[in-house]
Amino acid sequence: MVGELQGREKLVVEGVSVRFPVRRGVLARVRGAVRAVEGVSLEWAPGETIGLAGESGCGKTTLGRAVVGLERLAEGRMRIGERVLSEAGRAVRRSKEERRLIQMVFQDPLAALNPRLPVCDLVTEGLAEHGLLRGEGREDAAVRLLEEVGLGAEALWKYPFEFSGGQRQRICIARAMALRPDWVVCDEVASALDVSVQAQVINLLQDLKARHGVSYLMIGHDLSVLRHVSDRMAVMYLGRLAEVGPAGEVVERPLHPYTRALLAAVPVPGGVRGAGRRAVLRGEPPSAANPPPGCPFHPRCPLAKEVCRRTMPELEDAGGGHCVACHCAGEVA
Amino acid sequence: MSAKVNTMGAAGARPDAAFPSGAPRAGETVLSVEGLCVGYRGEGGSRVPVVEDVSFELRAGRMLALVGESGCGKSVTAAALGGLLPRGMSVDGGKIAAAPGILRAGRGLAYVFQDPGQCLDPVFRVGRQIVEAMPRADRRRSRERLAELLEQVGFHEPERVARSYPHQLSGGMQQRAMLAMALAGRPRILVADEPTTALDVTVQARLLRLLADLQRKENLAVLLITHNLGVVAEVADEVLVMYAGRAVERGPVSMLASPRHPYVEGLLRALPRLERGAGPLEGIPGQVPALGRRPAGCPFHPRCALARAECRERVPEWREAGDGRALACWVRGGGGR
Ligand SMILES: Nc1ncnc2c1ncn2[C@@H]1O[C@H](COP(=O)(O)OP(=O)(O)OP(=O)(O)O)[C@@H](O)[C@H]1O
Ligand SMILES: Nc1ncnc2c1ncn2[C@@H]1O[C@H](COP(=O)(O)OP(=O)(O)OP(=O)(O)O)[C@@H](O)[C@H]1O
Ligand code: SF4
Ligand SMILES: [Mg+2]
Ligand SMILES: [Mg+2]
Repeated sequence: MVGELQGREKLVVEGVSVRFPVRRGVLARVRGAVRAVEGVSLEWAPGETIGLAGESGCGKTTLGRAVVGLERLAEGRMRIGERVLSEAGRAVRRSKEERRLIQMVFQDPLAALNPRLPVCDLVTEGLAEHGLLRGEGREDAAVRLLEEVGLGAEALWKYPFEFSGGQRQRICIARAMALRPDWVVCDEVASALDVSVQAQVINLLQDLKARHGVSYLMIGHDLSVLRHVSDRMAVMYLGRLAEVGPAGEVVERPLHPYTRALLAAVPVPGGVRGAGRRAVLRGEPPSAANPPPGCPFHPRCPLAKEVCRRTMPELEDAGGGHCVACHCAGEVA
Repeated sequence: MSAKVNTMGAAGARPDAAFPSGAPRAGETVLSVEGLCVGYRGEGGSRVPVVEDVSFELRAGRMLALVGESGCGKSVTAAALGGLLPRGMSVDGGKIAAAPGILRAGRGLAYVFQDPGQCLDPVFRVGRQIVEAMPRADRRRSRERLAELLEQVGFHEPERVARSYPHQLSGGMQQRAMLAMALAGRPRILVADEPTTALDVTVQARLLRLLADLQRKENLAVLLITHNLGVVAEVADEVLVMYAGRAVERGPVSMLASPRHPYVEGLLRALPRLERGAGPLEGIPGQVPALGRRPAGCPFHPRCALARAECRERVPEWREAGDGRALACWVRGGGGR
């Protein structure tokens, strides 16, 4: 692994924002924007797994799509070393090799798979396109890739609709991994899987990481799974990073009140019965089209003070690479 | 293959004869499934069984959780209830019986599918799709009802969501839109296939509370398919565990604290926990058998540490184990009686 990692540079996300226009009326005039991702900066080291958590709709998928080059940036840029991958104000143009190096496993597997192609073609499509078959037959390559994700040769000539939800998810993983990418964005890969297959898939991803030094951006909402697989954990709220740090630190010593709320709401098997007993955040997440002034979390925050209503907190290092964007970081209510 | 029927009988709220008071009483059986077998025709014309001999009951005001490994037949079982089996599959045996009046037009059976694409039509705005699922009585005040539904499923910007096309919503938002659409029909039975997989814990807790509320207030019967055992422990009344197309253990939700079937034990061990650190997760050794290659005898025997001769030869009988529990296992069945 060390050999593979040597000489590889960090993938750097610098002040990236992604916005979607909101159109209204018969003429579909632009009346504002959904600020899906706002000023996110993140350094992703080779071989590192970053867990990305946050409320539904907070911009995780959009950030992931921006990393693989599927969204235009409104602000900021992305680069590996000095090589710029995407930049604000320009259409994303990446070379074939850059596209191979950064792959994504999508959240909705049914939408990501062409319904008219059998599995054999689906998983080897990329290999053929990038000329990576190296004399191996397409079928042999497909069987090898399917076995890695716990599916057998009998899946070869079936179509996506003939699989269960979790099986489709694994086809998507095989497809992304086929290209031996360096960087992989995994959008909710574990969520469609039951625990034992989840364990298999997670162990598989870990194994690929150990053997080939793959780096993952694991998007998810299950903090126990994320904690388990991540080196560092990032928590997003309304398009912005609220907290980033070593995974164990973030889980054991969360500094942002939002991270604390998320952790308090984790259900435990054999735990107290009754959804009412879980600590649940009060209030509504504010609108991404119309974010509140100051700290985006202040309307729901038990610690909010005057300064929170006025000034946006910056992401700052609170020691040991544990960064938090909160005026009252670490205080208790 | 998009735009499938999502709510059966969302065509108008007729008072039904079986429940003159308007709703079945809590605990009453609204749907019973007995010995359900589903299969399709494989190569060479032979039947490939997908679901074999599965039985359960759905009761008003109660939630049954269906859990089991990926590909074990949960979604197929759920689809069979509403006659929504995928092309090529059919019910080969067993009986699905609804209490009279339940599945007829009116407030019937509603689905939340596992894949948003199976339910949401990409070419219509989400709000319109939800309004179309409302019974006639609600359509007169469809605006208020739409806002109410969107709010119930945890949207804070109901107008934007209603005006959006499905692709403009995040994964978790699509899931909630589907739930709103299912609830719009004011169903008696809700079949929810992994309805909270894409949701973070706070929104998840909110939806589970909503379901619990509807169960109590409107005596909704819920079949919840999920792999999240934490969720099951929290909201379900009963659990049914499936493995390779068969039911292997059933009981009140407290059974997860002391499962008897070796597969269910393994499932619980494979769970990642917050307090545990990194290191490989303890999966269940081996693989789920592929369709058409399921072993004779107990379907779990090739992966089971306790398996003995009879496990390899005969399908274990379904045995009651007291306290409303039952399981199919030659070794553990009957639980040390
Ligand atoms: N193509 C689009 N057009 C308009 N708005 C969009 C589009 N894609 C995403 N959005 C909006 O951007 C916001 C962020 O969406 P995103 O999919 O990134 O969320 P997410 O964090 O992945 O959520 P989830 O956990 O529910 O998948 C949402 O409010 C969503 O409605
Ligand atoms: N249309 C189809 N034609 C043939 N086989 C199918 C079809 N749909 C599903 N299957 C097979 O039937 C089996 C059961 O599928 P089902 O979707 O019920 O699984 P599941 O328990 O819901 O799994 P998951 O948790 O992954 O969603 C799977 O092995 C799947 O490959
Ligand atoms: S019947 Fe036998 S093989 Fe099946 S679970 Fe029980 S002990 Fe294991
Ligand atoms: Mg998403
Ligand atoms: Mg399923």
